[in-house]
Amino acid sequence: MLLKFIGYRLLQLIPLLFVVSILVFFVIQLPPGDFITTYVSELENAGIAVSESHIQHLRDRYGLDQPFFVQYASWVQNIIFHGDLGRSFNWAAPVSEVISGRIGITMLIASLTLLFTWAVALPIGIFSAVRQYSVFDYIFTFIGFIGLAIPNFLIALIILFAVFTTTGVSLTGLFSPEFIGEPWSFAKFLDMLPRLWLPVVVVGTASTAALIRVTRAMLLDELQKQYVITARAKGVSEKKLLFKYPVRVAINPLISTIGWTLPTIIGGEIIVSIVLNLPTTGPMLLRALEFQDMYLAGGFLLIISVLTVIGTLISDILLAWLDPRIRFGGVEE
Amino acid sequence: MKIEPNKQQMPGVTPPPENKEKKDEMKQEENYQVATQWQLIWWKFKKHKAAMIAGPLLLLLIFIAILSPFISPTTPGERWSDYRYAPPQKIHFYDSDGGFSFRPFVYDMEQVTDPQTFRRTFEPDTSERHYIQFFTRGETYSFYGLFETNIHLFGLEDSSVPLFLMGSDQLGRDVFTRALYASRVSLSFGFVGIIFTLIIGLVLGGISGYIGGRIDTAIQRLIDLILCIPTIPLWMALAASLPRDWSSIQMYLGMVLIFSAIGWTELARVIRGKVLSLREEDFIMAARLSGATNSRIIGKHLLPGFASYIIVSVTITIPTVILGETALSFLGLGLQPPVVSWGVLLQSAQSFESLAHHPWLLWPAAFVVYAVLMFNFLGDGIRDAADPYK
Repeated sequence: MLLKFIGYRLLQLIPLLFVVSILVFFVIQLPPGDFITTYVSELENAGIAVSESHIQHLRDRYGLDQPFFVQYASWVQNIIFHGDLGRSFNWAAPVSEVISGRIGITMLIASLTLLFTWAVALPIGIFSAVRQYSVFDYIFTFIGFIGLAIPNFLIALIILFAVFTTTGVSLTGLFSPEFIGEPWSFAKFLDMLPRLWLPVVVVGTASTAALIRVTRAMLLDELQKQYVITARAKGVSEKKLLFKYPVRVAINPLISTIGWTLPTIIGGEIIVSIVLNLPTTGPMLLRALEFQDMYLAGGFLLIISVLTVIGTLISDILLAWLDPRIRFGGVEE
Repeated sequence: MKIEPNKQQMPGVTPPPENKEKKDEMKQEENYQVATQWQLIWWKFKKHKAAMIAGPLLLLLIFIAILSPFISPTTPGERWSDYRYAPPQKIHFYDSDGGFSFRPFVYDMEQVTDPQTFRRTFEPDTSERHYIQFFTRGETYSFYGLFETNIHLFGLEDSSVPLFLMGSDQLGRDVFTRALYASRVSLSFGFVGIIFTLIIGLVLGGISGYIGGRIDTAIQRLIDLILCIPTIPLWMALAASLPRDWSSIQMYLGMVLIFSAIGWTELARVIRGKVLSLREEDFIMAARLSGATNSRIIGKHLLPGFASYIIVSVTITIPTVILGETALSFLGLGLQPPVVSWGVLLQSAQSFESLAHHPWLLWPAAFVVYAVLMFNFLGDGIRDAADPYK
């Protein structure tokens, strides 16, 4: 049953990925003019003369004079058969190379943020629901609202500013100066760890606040149900009463929302990384967009979209595995 | 109906208080039965204290934003070249000798250069008081193209001395004035954005729910598609591809369209769900049997049924639009100067080194947090009240 479910979901993925790739390619094509024009004008600004034949050679190579779908087909072909996402002009390197050097840290921060969000939001959400309208509940409701209202990048700025003015330490970057540009080593990894908490906490604030609200609301709904009342009437201990079923039902959204939490976290990570100047995909995307290096921007958009789709798929499978009602198609969302 | 045991009172004896309470209760019960849906919503909304406070506070901000040209002491483009990065002036009631003045006053500032660090700072010039007056004459501005005037709500009598309530920026422009003007742009961005979003969401969500079938499936797949591309990078990519030679108005509308084109999915889902559940109700069937047209059924029976949910979605979506615009403009991908929005203003606070020396550049952020917080509280209250029959 579960295998059939997974197979069905995998089949659904193919048209979705197809349309996503068309959309991404559309975004690549959006800026007025094409990147060769930008490239040539930049070279000319730098005082390098570009011959007409060289321009034509580049245009032929990237098929820029072809209609949209022909260009799209060659782009997709290159990705599927050669893993070639095109070339970044800004970095003068293949797109896949530029992205792969950075996406690891982005994904590391995103997954740590997800774990942080769960670890903080779950206990608080459960406690707020059990002690509804207590001082604790009010305090965290208030903090939650504040957390949702302050943009991520602002929290990052304020923390940087506060730490800098009180201790004089600059928390920007992910490594101490002596490790920048060094190859990966265990020492470099250790150096990174204490600097990792800041982006994780900052990126996680908004989703933590949101998740506290969701967990609290779900658990409150669940605790009013008949089976809880029956169990209480039969003398089941409060602890067992809470954790045996209501909490398990209430944490379902945790897993079902991975699909949209992950893109939010990655999006937040991008902006926060720009403020904190982290060597992740955020500053790369911003620079790529500023210079209309669209193959890089589009390639990145495609990769994170695919990762999100896979994340959603995994969350659906987990959910079906956890909750038999979904596996057997009993519950309609 | 309960029978009151002590209904027959001895004449001249006042009824015990609990009797009166019961009568009030009954009266309330009766009111409840005859109240309209919107009355019920209002009664329930009134119980949400945070929302009751947030509503007026939000209206105040909107009011200030609309009147920003009049309320701000100068104009956003006005430069005081001798006062670059000037800190906020302190408003005094007492002078250095302890002399009291009922009318608040400020001191002019003088630039001094630290002989060791060569850092330029400002020192108050306590020789002369500059009183803050109402209805002073300052920079000429055009009030929404209706008339031109130079009267500002408050300012200093001597227009050669600046009044910087929140300091000045790198060009010597008043941060307070700019933040007020930015409120107008940022808030209106939220409202205009939600109108477009609402139109797309209503049409597509309504069609999806009402017609159903293949069109429904197609629209649902479209929503899935948009949801699986991370919003912020997509916003960034689309915003960056807007032509750079566009005018401010075109930029503004282009940004609004980008936000609406991505942001309508949530609203469409809510509307589709509501339409789906209402469509099966008996009163819709009755209307159809009595020959009501589709547009009448939608306008007369369906729309009122989920209007409150639309209001909830709108109140919750506006702050996300405002936050999104702020983030993009902060990164330099959104609205561009000379347009001032909160995000554009925060661009100058981008590096924390600059903040460490000029922390007052963060003031526009306070406006963002204030607006978003108030919208969220209001949305929370409306959400609780939206279904008053619960």
